[in-house]
Amino acid sequence: MSLDAKTVAKMARLARVGLSDEQVHTYQKEMQGIIGWVDQLNEVDVTDVPPMIGTGLAQPRLRDDQVTDGDCREKVLSNAPDREGPFYTVPKVVE
Amino acid sequence: MSSIFDYTLASAREALRARKVSAVELVDAHIEAIERLDGGLNSFITRTPEQARLAAKEADTLLAKGEGGSLCGLPIGIKDLFATEGVRTTAASKILGNFVPPYESTVTANLKRDGAISLGKLNLDEFAMGSTNLTSAFGGVENPWKRRDSDAKLVPGGSSGGSAAAVAAGLVLGATGTDTGGSIRQPAAFCGITGIKPTYGRCSRFGTIAFASSLDQAGPMARNLQDCAILLESMAGFDPKDSTSVNKPVPHYEAALGRGVKGLKVGIPKEYRIDGLPAEIEAIWQQGINWLKEAGAEVVDISLPHTKYGLPAYYIAALAEASSNLARYDGVRFGERVKGDSLDALYEATRAAGFGDEVKRRILLGTYVLSSGYYDAYYLRAQKVRTLLQRDFLKAYETVDVILAPTAPSGAFAWDEKPTDPVQVYLNDVFTVPASMAGVPALSIPAGLDSRGVPLGLQLIGRFFDEETLLAAGSVLEKAASFTHRPTIHAGVSA
Amino acid sequence: MSAYRITGETGEWEVIVGLEVHAQIVSQSKLFSGASAEYGGEPNTHVSLVDAGFPGMLPVLNRECVAQAVRTGLGLRAQINLFSRFDRKNYFYADLPTGYQISQFEHPIVGKGTVEIELSDGEVRHIGVTRMHMEQDAGKSIHDQDPTRSFIDLNRAGVALMEIVSEPDIRSPEEAGAYLRKLRQILRYLGTCDGNMEEGSMRADVNVSVRREGEEGYRTRCEIKNVNSVRFVMQAIEVEAQRQVDIWESGGEIDQETRLFDHVKSETRSLRTKEDAHDYRYFPEPDLLPLVIEQSWVDELKAALPELPEDKRARLEKEYGVSRYESGVLTAEQSVADFYETVARGADARLATNWILGDFFAALNRTGRSIEDSPVSAEALRELLALISDSTINGKIAKEVLEDMVETGERASVIVDRKGLRQVTDTGAIEAAINDILAANADKVAEYKSGKDKLFGFFVGQTMKAMKGKANPAMVNELLKKLLTA
Repeated sequence: MSLDAKTVAKMARLARVGLSDEQVHTYQKEMQGIIGWVDQLNEVDVTDVPPMIGTGLAQPRLRDDQVTDGDCREKVLSNAPDREGPFYTVPKVVE
Repeated sequence: MSSIFDYTLASAREALRARKVSAVELVDAHIEAIERLDGGLNSFITRTPEQARLAAKEADTLLAKGEGGSLCGLPIGIKDLFATEGVRTTAASKILGNFVPPYESTVTANLKRDGAISLGKLNLDEFAMGSTNLTSAFGGVENPWKRRDSDAKLVPGGSSGGSAAAVAAGLVLGATGTDTGGSIRQPAAFCGITGIKPTYGRCSRFGTIAFASSLDQAGPMARNLQDCAILLESMAGFDPKDSTSVNKPVPHYEAALGRGVKGLKVGIPKEYRIDGLPAEIEAIWQQGINWLKEAGAEVVDISLPHTKYGLPAYYIAALAEASSNLARYDGVRFGERVKGDSLDALYEATRAAGFGDEVKRRILLGTYVLSSGYYDAYYLRAQKVRTLLQRDFLKAYETVDVILAPTAPSGAFAWDEKPTDPVQVYLNDVFTVPASMAGVPALSIPAGLDSRGVPLGLQLIGRFFDEETLLAAGSVLEKAASFTHRPTIHAGVSA
Repeated sequence: MSAYRITGETGEWEVIVGLEVHAQIVSQSKLFSGASAEYGGEPNTHVSLVDAGFPGMLPVLNRECVAQAVRTGLGLRAQINLFSRFDRKNYFYADLPTGYQISQFEHPIVGKGTVEIELSDGEVRHIGVTRMHMEQDAGKSIHDQDPTRSFIDLNRAGVALMEIVSEPDIRSPEEAGAYLRKLRQILRYLGTCDGNMEEGSMRADVNVSVRREGEEGYRTRCEIKNVNSVRFVMQAIEVEAQRQVDIWESGGEIDQETRLFDHVKSETRSLRTKEDAHDYRYFPEPDLLPLVIEQSWVDELKAALPELPEDKRARLEKEYGVSRYESGVLTAEQSVADFYETVARGADARLATNWILGDFFAALNRTGRSIEDSPVSAEALRELLALISDSTINGKIAKEVLEDMVETGERASVIVDRKGLRQVTDTGAIEAAINDILAANADKVAEYKSGKDKLFGFFVGQTMKAMKGKANPAMVNELLKKLLTA
C-alpha cells in the first residue's frame, strides 16, 4: 500500500504531532519503507484465526465498588504546567 | 575479595549479612564509581546519592540486628521507565523532562520493601523505543565494552541500555529493565550480562510507563543468573492494580538454579537460522547446544513456522498500542508544555517539541495502522499472526521443555554504524520478538566473545510461568561458558 | 391515533428517530478507579491518578458497574452477552485525560432488547433497543472563568455510563418523549441510574431523518448531540425534522453531520468539526482482559431484580382493582407505588386509591413535598383510612384530619380524639338535633311536604352543621326521612 505525504500529514494531525513540510517528507519515505516491509504479512494465511487479545494468562478480575482513591488534588495537580487554583488549564476552547 | 567491585548481588548479600562489608561502604563505593565513570558512559539520567546514603545507614542498622529484607543494603539501578515517588521519572523523553511522580511503581515498591537501595534512574531509549539506546533525549549510552582493535563507542543495545551498561561496568549490582520486544535480552547480550524477561503478567505493570501494554514486561538485569533470580523473586507477584497481572505464587527462583538439565528436552528452532546469520553467532549457538547435550539434555530440532512474521506483526501491534498510550502526553496535566493559541495548537507544539524522531515515527505509524480503512489490513491481521506465533510456541512445548536460540543477530555495533534505515535497526529484535509476542518467558546469558572481543548472548525461551526451567538450563550454560571477561570500562579497574 | 406527519409543499413527511441515551450508572466509585463517583464535590477532588491519566496508571473494572449494566439489560428484556470487551476510542480533547475513552465498541455487554411505550391515546408501541454498552464519562471544561483559558475539572472523568442505543423505531416527538420517560422509569426502578437530567445523569443524542410518506429505506440523518431534557428532545426533533423537510422540498441535500439544539432560539445548528476529526481508531483495550461473566451470576441478578413498571402495573390492576389510568399514575415512580401498596394492602383498596390520587396528592402539591419526604407516612394514612372504614369518622371529617396531620405530624386517632371528631351514631342526639331544625324551619318543612324534594339537602346540611359535621351521614339521612314524613 502506498503511503503518500498527504496521508502522513493526516496521521500527524490525528496524533496531534506538529510536523514541518520537510519532516512530512522525511517521515513519508521512512514510513513507506516500513509499511512496505510489514506488507509481507499478507503472505500469511489467517483464515479462521482469531486475533490475539491479551495473552490469555490472567483471569478476568473485578474490583469491589468502594471508594478507595481520589481526594488527592495536590497530587493530581502536582505536575501541571499551568495550574489555576484547583484546575488544569488549556487555551480557551470555543464550542 | 580483591575489590568491592568483585561482588555479585548474591555474594554482596552474604557479605552484608556476615558484616564483612557495610551497606554504607558498598553504596559509597558504587556512588564513587558512578561519579568516576558515568560522565562518559551516561548510563544514569538521574542520580540519587543522598537518598541512597540515607537508605544505606538504615540498612546497616537493620543488618546489625540481623533484620532486613532479602535485598537489604544492595545498591541497584532503576530503569527510568518505572515511576519512583518523589524522584524524577523521564522515560528518557523531553516531554517528561521534569516529571516527578507522586507514586511508586509496584515493581520498585517491591524492591524497596525488600531493602534494595536505588542509586538512581537509568538511561533508555525514549519511551523504551529502540535497540541502541541512542534515541534518549538525555544522550546516548556508551557500552562499557570496546572492540579489541578500536576505541569506537559501541551501543549498549536497547531499550534498557543504561541498565545493561551500568550493571556491566560495575556501577550497580543489578538493575530493573523492561522488555517489550527484546529490551532486556538484547542489551544484556550486548553488554555481557544476564537478563530475564518473565512471562507476561508475572511482574506488575502498575506505575511503569507504558510503551505497548500487551507486550511490556519488567524483569531483572544482573551479572549472573543467581542475581537475576534473587531480583525477580522480589519484583514479581500478583498486583490487583494491574488487570493483566497473574495471580500465581512466586516460586523461590534461586532454588531452581541447581536442578540441572538431565532428561530436559531442548528445542532448536530451524527458522532462527536466518539468511546472513554471522558465522560467529552460529558457532556460539552450536556451542550452547553442545554444552546442554554434555550436561544431559536431549536436543531436538523444532519448527516455529511463523518466526519470520514475528517482527513485522510486532511492529504493528506495538506501535498501534504505543500511539494510543502516548496520547496522554499533551502538556495539560503533567510534562512539558509548549504554548499554543488553541487547544490543538498547544497539543501539536507540545508533542512536536517533546517527542524525539523515533517516537514520532512510531506514533505516526501506530496511528496509521489503526486508522479507518487500514485497521483490518494491518492491526487485525497482525493480531491474528500473533495468535499463530503463540500457537507455534504452544505446539513446540508439546515436545520440548525449553528453546535455545541466539539473543541477537550480532554483537554490539558502534554508534556510527547504526543503520539509517529503520527496518535494518528493527532487525536487531528478530530473535527476541517472537517470545514477547507469545508472552512466554525468556532470558539471555553471556556465552562468549566474538573475534573482536565483544560479548555474545544466548537466549533460552520457556513455557508460560516456567521461569524455573529457564533458570535451571541457563545455569548449566552459565557454568559451561564461565564468562568471566570484564569490559574495558569497569568500576574495578582504577583509572 | 393519527400518525405524526409534517406537511410540506409537496406532500406529507414521516419522521424517523433513533436515540442514544447516555445514563450514568449508580455506583460508589468510578468504572475503572476507586475515586468517588458522587456528583459535585470540590474541583478535581473526585479524581485519582488513574482518572487523570498519569503515566503507568492502569484501569481495573468495577464489579458493581457490570452488575448494574446486566440489571439494566434484564430490565430492557435484552440479551446479556456473557462475553464482552472494552475498546479504546482515540481522540484528543481537553477533558479526556488519556487521549482515549474506554468504551465497548465491538462487543457490548447487552444486545437487542425492547421498550414498551404508551402514548396519550392509550396506543402501545414497542421501541427496539439495538445494544447497550458501558463506557467512561469525560471531565468538564469551564469556559467562563478566564478570558483566554478554559479550566478543567476531572471529577466526572471516568464515571461509569451506559449508552443505550435504540433502533430507528421512533416516529414522532411524542414517541421520543414517551420512550425517554419510560427508559428513565425503568432505570430508576432498577436503581441503575437516578435519571436526574439536571445533573446530567441522563442525556441523549438524537438521530433524526425524514422521508416521504410510504417511502422505503432511510434518508441521510443528522445527530443532535447532548440534549438534556425530555422536552428539549421533543422540541429538537420537531424543528430538525421541519428543517430537513424544508431542505428536501427546496431541492437541497442533507449533510450527515452533528448538530446542536439551541432551546432559546428553538433551532438546531451545525457543530462544524474539522476535517479528519473523526477517526477514532478503535482497538481492544490492552490494559483490560475481555469481560467474561457467568450465566449463574446473571441468573442471580435476575432473581434479585425488582418488579418492573409494566409488571407492577398489571399486578396493581389485578390485586387492587385500579383502572389502567390509575395504575399508570401509581407506578410512575416506584416510591409512589410502594407508598400506595403500604396503604392499600389490607385496607379498602378503592378508598386508598381515591384518597392517594385525590386528597393526598393534593396535600403533597400544596406543601411542595415529594413522596420520599411526605409529611404523612403511608402507615399514618392507612390509619386515617381505617377510621373512615370503621365509621369512627366520616369522609368529610377525614379531610380535615388529613390537613391537621400534614400540619402537625400527629396521628389521625390522636387528632380525632383531641378535636373530638368522633362520629356521632347516637340516634337520640341526632333526632334531637333534627327536631330542633324542623321546628325552627316550619315553612321549609311545609314546602318540602308539598313536593319540593330538593330541600332535603338543606335539612341534611343544617343537621350536619348542628352536629359539627360529626354525625354519621347515613343515619342523618335515615332519620330525616323518617321525621319529615312523620
